[in-house]
Amino acid sequence: MTAVLEARGLGKKYGRRRALSDCTLVIPAGHVAGLVGPNGAGKTTLLHLAVGLLQPTSGTIAVLGGRPAESPALLGRVGFVAQETPVYAALSVADHLRLGAWLNPGWDNDGAERRIEQLSLDPSQRAGKLSGGQRAQLALTLAIAKRPELLILDEPVASLDPLARREFLQHLMEAVAEHGLSVVLSSHLVADLERVCDYLIVLAASRVQVTGEVEELLATHYRLTGARRDPASLPAGQQVVQASHTDRQGTLIVRSEGPIHDPAWTVEQISLEDLVLAYMSQAGEADRVRRSGLGVVR
Amino acid sequence: MLQQMSRAGAAWRSRRPASAAVWMVRLSWRQFRTQALVAYAALAVIAVILAITGPHLVHLYDATVAPCKTYGDCGIATTQFLANDHLLQAGLNSALLVLPALVGIFWGAPLVARELEAGTFRLAWTQSVTRTRWLAVKLGVVGLSGMVVTGLFSLMVTWWSSPFDRVNVARLSPAMFGERGLAPVGYAAFAFALGVIAGVVIRRTLPAMAATLAAFLGARLVMTYWVRPNLLTPLHITSALQTATGNAPPSLAGTNPADWVLSSQTINAAGQVIGQNGGIGPNGDVGFNVASNGTLTFLGVGRCPNRVQTAQTGAGAGSRVRGQHAAQAATQECIEKLHIRDVLTYQPASRYWAFQWYETAIFLGLALLLAGLCFWWIRRRLT
Repeated sequence: MTAVLEARGLGKKYGRRRALSDCTLVIPAGHVAGLVGPNGAGKTTLLHLAVGLLQPTSGTIAVLGGRPAESPALLGRVGFVAQETPVYAALSVADHLRLGAWLNPGWDNDGAERRIEQLSLDPSQRAGKLSGGQRAQLALTLAIAKRPELLILDEPVASLDPLARREFLQHLMEAVAEHGLSVVLSSHLVADLERVCDYLIVLAASRVQVTGEVEELLATHYRLTGARRDPASLPAGQQVVQASHTDRQGTLIVRSEGPIHDPAWTVEQISLEDLVLAYMSQAGEADRVRRSGLGVVR
Repeated sequence: MLQQMSRAGAAWRSRRPASAAVWMVRLSWRQFRTQALVAYAALAVIAVILAITGPHLVHLYDATVAPCKTYGDCGIATTQFLANDHLLQAGLNSALLVLPALVGIFWGAPLVARELEAGTFRLAWTQSVTRTRWLAVKLGVVGLSGMVVTGLFSLMVTWWSSPFDRVNVARLSPAMFGERGLAPVGYAAFAFALGVIAGVVIRRTLPAMAATLAAFLGARLVMTYWVRPNLLTPLHITSALQTATGNAPPSLAGTNPADWVLSSQTINAAGQVIGQNGGIGPNGDVGFNVASNGTLTFLGVGRCPNRVQTAQTGAGAGSRVRGQHAAQAATQECIEKLHIRDVLTYQPASRYWAFQWYETAIFLGLALLLAGLCFWWIRRRLT
């Protein structure tokens, strides 16, 4: 299968501030990929680069094999739901469908209307009067009715209440099942992603920390608990993601391709949330070291 | 409702042309139509008012001003005529003066800034239309509307005011030039483009509006007072300074009241400027003095010895008047002897349309330049 998104050494700076550094990433087609990371990690920057709202300052990014937004045709193959799901407050729901129909050659009008009906949205209602959940659903409807091959969503559920959140994700998964879309979805909450994603990218401190299929990631990460010892003494093939310890006891999160049989450790499977947190705190640590290093130089 | 939408939707798809630009036009119009309709409705109301009052003014002109020479009461006739519909005249002139600025502030500045502010550009620029085309159509639809509205309004005002303008002929003067004819269309295009680029660069609607107003005012002032007077080489009329007292009003010999007088300078025999507006001295107030021996002295210029017979004491009223006339004649003689001249610099009224075309072309050119900058900025800098 080809990649829906392929980044090589991708970087973006705003003035002197580095929003994304040296991002190399391949997302294969046919996945619902979750992009997770703390606020300010560069998730929005990466997604905006992917839809062509931003241009990289270094490296390259290809989406569905082309440079993002290079042509109307490619724009038509990528659906995008932006953060906070912006819609035109003064235009009605029906106007938004018209807008979609006018601007997208592949527009699925029947599908869009069916969805609006299912959501029991009033077509004559002004979009500015919709609730956050309804607005997000409208934005999702617009993005899906384009009939894209790749759907990119930037924190679509961040501002929704738990019920609206579940409904939104449910509709998203229905669309995925119906149209066979590839999806890239960002969130700072692992719980949201856990329900829908089968592929994961952890972005922290403006770098990609880990990427891979969720099942594979879960199968290759372990929590080791035992007497405290030097993490460097682990055998080759076992990388420490995170180490924490008390005086006598140590806990390691380790990535290992093969099973771990060392009897000195109590070996446990870890949850997706623990895995993500381990990578995020590792990145935070590295970032702090880098920053304090810079501080000394200054 | 939904079925209606569905049918309409099917119709759109079946009629879909090859060009997405048409659909972009429909979208731009959908977003802009309320404002456009308000503008056109206001124009229609004004048109009705002008259509009712206009013919009456033509009639009044024909009845009072046109035959005034026959009756010899032109002064009174024109003053009375100009007083008609005074409020409406002033209102129309100021409205046409500010309309281009309003186009820039309310149609230009929010065009992109509002999208950037509300985040809807993320929706608009990720549909199957490149942002270049998106901007091109928006600039076209809204910008042309601004120019059409301003053009129609200027046409109406120019037509309605024409009887007044035949009396009050100074249409080339800075006060009237931008309130008639074609120039307002150029201003509107420029103000609009200025508003759009301000919005694109500043990314916030209100500050962009303020910047648009400031920049537009600046550009208009620079154009009016520094550029326009020199667009075409001004003409000069040089004549002997006509003054009886050294403090007389400027001599306008050789110009007609419709000409645009740029300056009137008093120069001496060597060609140095020694005064303005028919006067001598920096403020036009330093005239001359007459010594007791009859020597006439123009301060800083020269003197004519023993010219003026000093007034005789105890002479009668008639002799005093004769003495004054003699003194005036002697002064004028002295001016001519000293070669003190008045140089009038002006643009003749016949150049009115040349100036209108030039000014319109310059502002349209600037508008295109700014529009080009918008494209560049939106593609290169807003990424």
